[in-house]
Amino acid sequence: MATATTFITRGRRVVSSISRRRFSSSCQNAIQQQQQEKSQPGGGKSLNLYSAINQALHIALETDSRAYVFGEDVSFGGVFRCTTGLADRFGKSRVFNTPLCEQKARKFHIKFCFMQGIVGFGIGLAAMGNRAIAEIQFADYIFPAFDQIVNEAAKFRYRSGNQFNCGGLTIRAPYGAVGHGGHYHSQSPEAFFCHVPGIKVVIPRSPRQAKGLLLSCIRDPNPVVFFEPKWLYRLSVEEVPEDDYMLPLSEAEVIREGSDITLVGWGAQLSIMEQACIDAEKSPTLVALQEGISCELIDLKTLIPWDKETVEVSVKKTGRLLISHEAPVTGGFGAEIAASILDRCFLRLEAPVARVCGLDTPFPLVFEPFYMPTKNKILDAIKSTVNY
Amino acid sequence: MATIWLRRSRTIAQSLKHKYGLTGILGLEGCNSFQNLHASSPSSTNHDRHLLVSTYKYSTTIVSDKRLKSTVALKHLDSTAFASDSDDEQALDFPGGMVSYTSEMQFISESQEKRIPCYRVLDDNGEIINGSDLELVSKEVAVKMYNDMVTLQMMDNIFYEAQRQGRISFYLTSMGEEAISIASAAALSTEDYILPQYREPGVLLWRGFTIQEFANQLFGNKADYGKGRQMPIHYGSNKLNYITISSPIATQLPQAVGVAYSLKMDKKDACVVTYTGDGGTSEGDFHAALNFAAVTDAPVVFICRNNGWAISTNVSEQFRSDGVVVKGQAYGVRSIRVDGNDALAVYSAIHSARKTAISEERPVLVEALTYRVGHHSTSDDSTKYRPVDEIEYWKSARNPVNRFRNWVESNGWWSDTEETELRSSLKKQLLQAIQAAEKTEKPPVSDLFSDVYDVTPSNLREQENQLRETINKYPQDYPSDVPV
Repeated sequence: MATATTFITRGRRVVSSISRRRFSSSCQNAIQQQQQEKSQPGGGKSLNLYSAINQALHIALETDSRAYVFGEDVSFGGVFRCTTGLADRFGKSRVFNTPLCEQKARKFHIKFCFMQGIVGFGIGLAAMGNRAIAEIQFADYIFPAFDQIVNEAAKFRYRSGNQFNCGGLTIRAPYGAVGHGGHYHSQSPEAFFCHVPGIKVVIPRSPRQAKGLLLSCIRDPNPVVFFEPKWLYRLSVEEVPEDDYMLPLSEAEVIREGSDITLVGWGAQLSIMEQACIDAEKSPTLVALQEGISCELIDLKTLIPWDKETVEVSVKKTGRLLISHEAPVTGGFGAEIAASILDRCFLRLEAPVARVCGLDTPFPLVFEPFYMPTKNKILDAIKSTVNY
Repeated sequence: MATIWLRRSRTIAQSLKHKYGLTGILGLEGCNSFQNLHASSPSSTNHDRHLLVSTYKYSTTIVSDKRLKSTVALKHLDSTAFASDSDDEQALDFPGGMVSYTSEMQFISESQEKRIPCYRVLDDNGEIINGSDLELVSKEVAVKMYNDMVTLQMMDNIFYEAQRQGRISFYLTSMGEEAISIASAAALSTEDYILPQYREPGVLLWRGFTIQEFANQLFGNKADYGKGRQMPIHYGSNKLNYITISSPIATQLPQAVGVAYSLKMDKKDACVVTYTGDGGTSEGDFHAALNFAAVTDAPVVFICRNNGWAISTNVSEQFRSDGVVVKGQAYGVRSIRVDGNDALAVYSAIHSARKTAISEERPVLVEALTYRVGHHSTSDDSTKYRPVDEIEYWKSARNPVNRFRNWVESNGWWSDTEETELRSSLKKQLLQAIQAAEKTEKPPVSDLFSDVYDVTPSNLREQENQLRETINKYPQDYPSDVPV
């Protein structure tokens, strides 16, 4: 990908565009504090998200000699540095190289130009009882592999009557807005994959989550698509335990408790939602004149099969639901959550389910700040839902 | 001058190709098999056939006239394009290796001067051609090969009929291509993994999949390993290292590379053999697979059954290259073209390809020229798009089973009595298998929900409960032979 390196060199621009959107560090801290309070392994070094991913990959390769990492440019560390040091440590037959240090390892010049090749290869490798960890450089480029994911990986177990499976397959792909990615380095394609029985779709919100969830995905006996919020690769920093730990799949987490409205999201969008929650608490309303609005925030983490029960319990308590994601609103996974919760909580709902999502346009470059489901859009939706 | 000639002759050649399709190309390239087609087929009053023959004759006359000139020009082109002595003493140190310079502007020709020849061992009468390179086959193996080829023929006839009678929903025959699957399977070890397309049930047969097991899959009963979830002919067997078939074309090819890579890493004395058709080579997956196999040094043998037709698309509309075999070199993959209707040639080529794949850790591409004698499937009527006498010619004159039988018989390993016994015994077995499969109950409704994931998630458990309630309420809406 010719444009990939721009993400490294333009690091400064990423930060500046984010601060333009008032992505405050206090919000990050708030989330981090919340996380640390949860019953998770404690301690560890302060890490950013890509380093946490890198640690998970090291552990995955270390603990299972049948684990492999491959994809475009992974050997020199990847354009986002997630695979740094893996090839040196585990060898170029387990971490497939690409042509950036060609003099060193001519034999392993693997430039994967065919995304269907990466995934197809991974399916075959996984079918033989290996842990195949494939990287697609950007989620925007996953579509050539759609056939392999939808028709092959997802149905491998079912169609063979459980004679064969490719459960060892994990496909990692950075997704979402980054401030200057335009059409092809910004998309959030998770909804396409949520329509495919047989695979799991997982999206972490922070470094600690990323490490624990990725290790779970790699070791889960089902094929998983793991979308990494590339916006947070460098920006999100928290204490990450150095040991080998896993966080459960298909379990949502209440990361902020509240009583007036439930907000559901995943990945990078949670930090924007958190910010909206904080502002809402300062907003006196008709319902809560003194205290402001008390918001409950849920990180779904696994989109399929998703944890309906946690969301249901929360909405039965708050009576209101707001879903937010970066992907276009029409046909987004928010629609599925809205329909399911309406079905289960109809009589408890005090307002229509709100969705604050990306617009139904291609992801635009200059207009990114207009396209995005920003804090104030969410805040407005919280207020109008509570005041309904 | 030379370049002018070249341009002119290539233009003529191109226009002929476009004008006369396959016959034009074959006339130009001088392929023997279709000359045989017209020379040896009995005279017919069929209008189509006359047209075909006259087109063929016409194109050879025109082309042979121009061919001399075009050949001269092509020779010039090819020899300079790959010249070892360059004009410039310096060379370009380019990633991947040194590249020499030249000041002559030469485009590499789009096709080779001659078509790649087709390796064969048995002549049309089933006699071994003197001086052939071949792998010897024992009596035991040869007789089993012949037995399985006949079994495949009989299976195809009887299962096809069962579909016509409405007893199974779909079927797809291997008619005309029996030698490829059986002979390739015979040349392999059972440790080798197979990633099939859908016209290679012969490999399963060779490895011991029983007629009853085939029938169970076709009827989708509870004994079907796939639990009745896939259309007929989507066989699979974990025990026999035969990975379950899926309908999408060529998707198995990059997967085969992954399987092969795993075998290599485990230092197994085994390779992967994966099959596709001529149409499959137009899929991106085919190209991804060849490239991946080459760069990962994966022990995988790609077998392309080039049977002339991808449903109704003739090879002349499928590619402009000399078939499939030439595509290997572009990816750095060793390749061979084989007469797919010569079981001994297929056996020998695959035996050798397997050895290369494992001992040299490299992929091999095998293009087997054959013909799809049957319709694409039971949903197809191929007489709508191809001449009946073309089908008939391949069915009789170039029949791979008959050719192999001649050779087996000439060794004194087979007789008419054995033939009659085999066929009547197979017929009985097949009819019994169909009856038994038909009587066996369908898989239970719970199998609808299992195996989507390793453990059934809550949404599926919920849906199963809802469905069961609906079934109880409206049992008449659901098939009575599926246990609830």
